[in-house]
This record gives sequence, structure tokens and C-alpha cells, in this order.
Amino acid sequence: MNIVEVKHLKIWDANTDKVIIYNSSFQVKQGSCLAIVGESGSGKSVTCRSIMRLNKPWLRQSGTILFKGEDINQLSEQAMRRRRGKNLCMILQNGMSAFDPSCVIGVQIRETLQTHFDWNNKESERKIISAMESVMLKNPQEILNQYPHQLSGGMLQRIMIALALVLEPDLIIADEPTTALDTISQYEVVEQLIRLRERMGCSMLFISHDLGVVQKIADEVMVMKDGAIVESGHIRSVFTKPKHDYTQFLVSTRLELSNHFRKLMQGGDADAQGGWDRKVL
Amino acid sequence: MLKVDGIEKSYKQGGLFSKQRQKILKKVAFECQHGECLGIIGESGSGKSTLGRLILGIEKPDRGRILFEGENVNDRRVRRGSISAVFQNYTSSINPFLTVEEAIMEPLKAQKKVEPGMQIKVDTLLHQVGLDSSYRLKYPHELSGGEAQRVCIARAISTEPRCIVFDEAISSLDVSVQIQVLRLLKELKQFYQMSYVFITHDIQAAAYICDRVIIFRDGQIEEMVPIEQLKHVQSDYARRILTYLITFQGEDQG
Repeated sequence: MNIVEVKHLKIWDANTDKVIIYNSSFQVKQGSCLAIVGESGSGKSVTCRSIMRLNKPWLRQSGTILFKGEDINQLSEQAMRRRRGKNLCMILQNGMSAFDPSCVIGVQIRETLQTHFDWNNKESERKIISAMESVMLKNPQEILNQYPHQLSGGMLQRIMIALALVLEPDLIIADEPTTALDTISQYEVVEQLIRLRERMGCSMLFISHDLGVVQKIADEVMVMKDGAIVESGHIRSVFTKPKHDYTQFLVSTRLELSNHFRKLMQGGDADAQGGWDRKVL
Repeated sequence: MLKVDGIEKSYKQGGLFSKQRQKILKKVAFECQHGECLGIIGESGSGKSTLGRLILGIEKPDRGRILFEGENVNDRRVRRGSISAVFQNYTSSINPFLTVEEAIMEPLKAQKKVEPGMQIKVDTLLHQVGLDSSYRLKYPHELSGGEAQRVCIARAISTEPRCIVFDEAISSLDVSVQIQVLRLLKELKQFYQMSYVFITHDIQAAAYICDRVIIFRDGQIEEMVPIEQLKHVQSDYARRILTYLITFQGEDQG
């Protein structure tokens, strides 16, 4: 069963009449993770924001987006608002701009939770603290009393994941959640996202240009270029036998970087490399 | 050639009258040889960008010295034309009111080296970074990220410096563009015989281009290794970075 079905989605700028997305159709299956990859400016984020209906007002969209069989484009703003957060949850790239800088984390989380559930302050605090502990945030009580600028990017990212854990959405849209992070926090956030899926069995739409992360987390992948989908399919088949020239280009550039690194890590000998790969993997 | 000698740096922390200071760099010392590419790898907040700014002479260290060819970089005459920089946010590092041509000539103007034949020089520089002369009259907002970063590189090499500091110069580019820029940097290094100080959090990119890397943490050098020895790193932190790195696996490797 498909949780989201997008048919003939077209997005254009009403001011300039420039078309951003031409004719996109794709589905996200219940419980699976679809990754969208592509270079910047290929329309990945716009596609995702169109599902949330969070694009700028001058970006118009046509076509149908079915979420659990219901057309999102036809919903009233009020009805859409109730779905955001509770049914559709978004994890953003930049934690610093995702939170309100002028109030402490705890206030914002409480506000979000109380819009969707009728919990009192104590109850919502208890739930978020247990969620924060499960994403490996130390001293959650202290974090709740801090402002966003006092926390690192990786911590803010994990707070967003913790919030998603409490809200239990049907679909999580993660827009480049690991791009702004350094190696160790990237690893931790990816681990948490994988665990989040395991625990709740929710579907996920994952946007990234980092093929390494995509390979780790996603089941299916969709490659976008200049507003069009050029290739899609199962992650293994797309990455090992890319058909379209553009996918081949993306995979080969990425491989150049990681192969060089792998060669270094095992001695710089090309012959030995094959043996190493087979041995370890 | 570039010698960093026991530098310390701290910033004021807290309110206006606070006496508290946060130490960013603690007794950092290393050397960068002629024609070498030295990578500085660290996570955000480790002080690696501060180190870059100190090398560029934008800020002064509290203690210690940074010597370039034996002279202190605090003196702008030592830096002028010899040390260049390329920064991460390509959109804000080119003056939006200048065309590409003017931006590239900016450092030459500052050196009062502008001659009538300058146009040809701009063309050559653009050509060297893989752009053509049609870009000369464009404005920064008309460029994509990769193109803007190439213009920044052209500007950095215009004075034929002996050392360039890259502060997360490729981190905000797409991976496919990253590799093109890295290849370009390798070529340019060969051509101009420059040294690079390559500050990044991306170990794979550093491994691609650097001859030697410094693993930087909490304002201190955790470990310094030649790149071929990267797999033999000793410190816990360095090992942890390497195990936590998410790499991409292609055909026959998954």
C-alpha cells in the first residue's frame, strides 16, 4: 500500500512563469524509505515541500498528491495545518533556523505537542524527555531550558528526531538532515533515523546529495535533474547498475572520492584493494 | 615555509563586563613545507577556522607567532600577494556589485599591479579554473555554487601566491562538483608550485588532496600523520572518526 502517491506534479513560479518541476510521479510505500538524490537546484526540496504545502505562495502546484488516499492539494489550510506535525513530520537541514531563536527549546516543544495532543505540561515534558534520552541526548532537562544557539547542530537535529518520535507521524520528510554535520554527529543522526524507522515503522522521504548516507538508510532511490526524475528504482540496482548517464556521473564522481580514500586506508595498493573489500564486506 | 609556533587564542565569553574567556586554541605548533598540502581536520567548534584566520593574519594570536618565510604574518607586507584564501560561503565572499572580472582583479588592484594588458590575464585565470571568457561580465548572483567557487579560486591565484588557505572551501558544494574542484586544485598546485592549508571536516576530501593531515580537536593537535599513514592513527578520537565515516560503496563492494 502506498502512503503517498504523487501524480503529474507540476510546480511553477507564478511571477516568472518558470517551471521548476515538470511532471513528477512517484509513490512512497507504507513503511519504506524513498531517497531523492540530485545536485542542488534539481528540485528535490521543492518537491518535498509541495507535499507539506510549505512552498512560497508564488510557487503554484498542480497535479494530485494523495496522502493515505486523500488529496492534499484540495485540503483547506486549517485541515492541512492539523496534518503537519501529526501526520507529516519534517526534519530540516539547519537546526539553527528550524527553531525559534528567541525562546528556549522546551517552550517550543511543549507548544508543538499541545497543538496535537491534549496533554498537560507535565505529561508532555515526561514524554519528550524519554524520547530525548532514546536519541542519546544527555541531560534532557537541561537542554529544554536552553536556547537554540547554545546547542550544536547535531544536538538540534536529534531534538527534531526526538520530537518526531513523540508525534509518531505516518510520514517523515527529512530534508538534508545530515549535510551540515561533521563526521561523528552525522553518524549518530543517521543511526537515530534508522532506529526511528525500526521503532515506529513509519515511511520516510529522505533527501540528500550524499550517496553514502542514502545507501545506508534508504530502500528505494529516485534521481532528479533539472526538475525531472531521470531514474528511479531499488537502491542496489540503481547504484550498482545505473542506466541513465546522469546517475552514472553521480555514482562515478562519488566513487572516485571514496575509492581513493579506501585505497589509502588499506595500503595504497590497487591489487590488494579487491582482496580487502571481499574480506571485510 | 609556514611555521606556526605555539599559538594561543581565546575569546571573551558572556556579557559585556564578563572577565571569562574561552580558550579556542591551546599551544598549537606545526609547520607547512614548500609545495605541501596540509589538511586540518576537525569537527565544528574545534577552532580550526580560527586557526585559519590567524594564519591569514585577519586576527592576532594572544601568544606565539606565525612565521611565513621567517617573517611574522602580522605584518601585512609579508602577507600581501603571498597568502590567499578561499572560504566556504561562496555567495558572500564576492562583492555583489562587482563583475567576475572586477572581482578577480581586486587583489591585483590592492597590490597596485594593474596594467593595460590585464584583460588577457583575467582570461587566462578564468581558463585555468575551467571557465571561459564569457563569464567576465557576469555578476555573482548569476553563477552557480561551483562556478562562484571557481571564481574565488581564480581570484586567490591571481597574485600567484605561495600559500593558499582553504577554509571549508568545498564543503557546501555537491559531491560531483567537489571532485571537479579538487581535481582543479591539484592541477593548479602543480602549475604554480603552491602550498595549501586545507581546513575541512570531510576526511575523504582531505585524503584526496592532502599530503599530510592534522587531526584537530578542542583547540589542540590530536595527531599529525602523513596521508599514507592515515590508517595507522593512534589516538582514540582519530580512530573514532575513521570508523564512523559513512562511505559509499559501488559495484561488487556492497
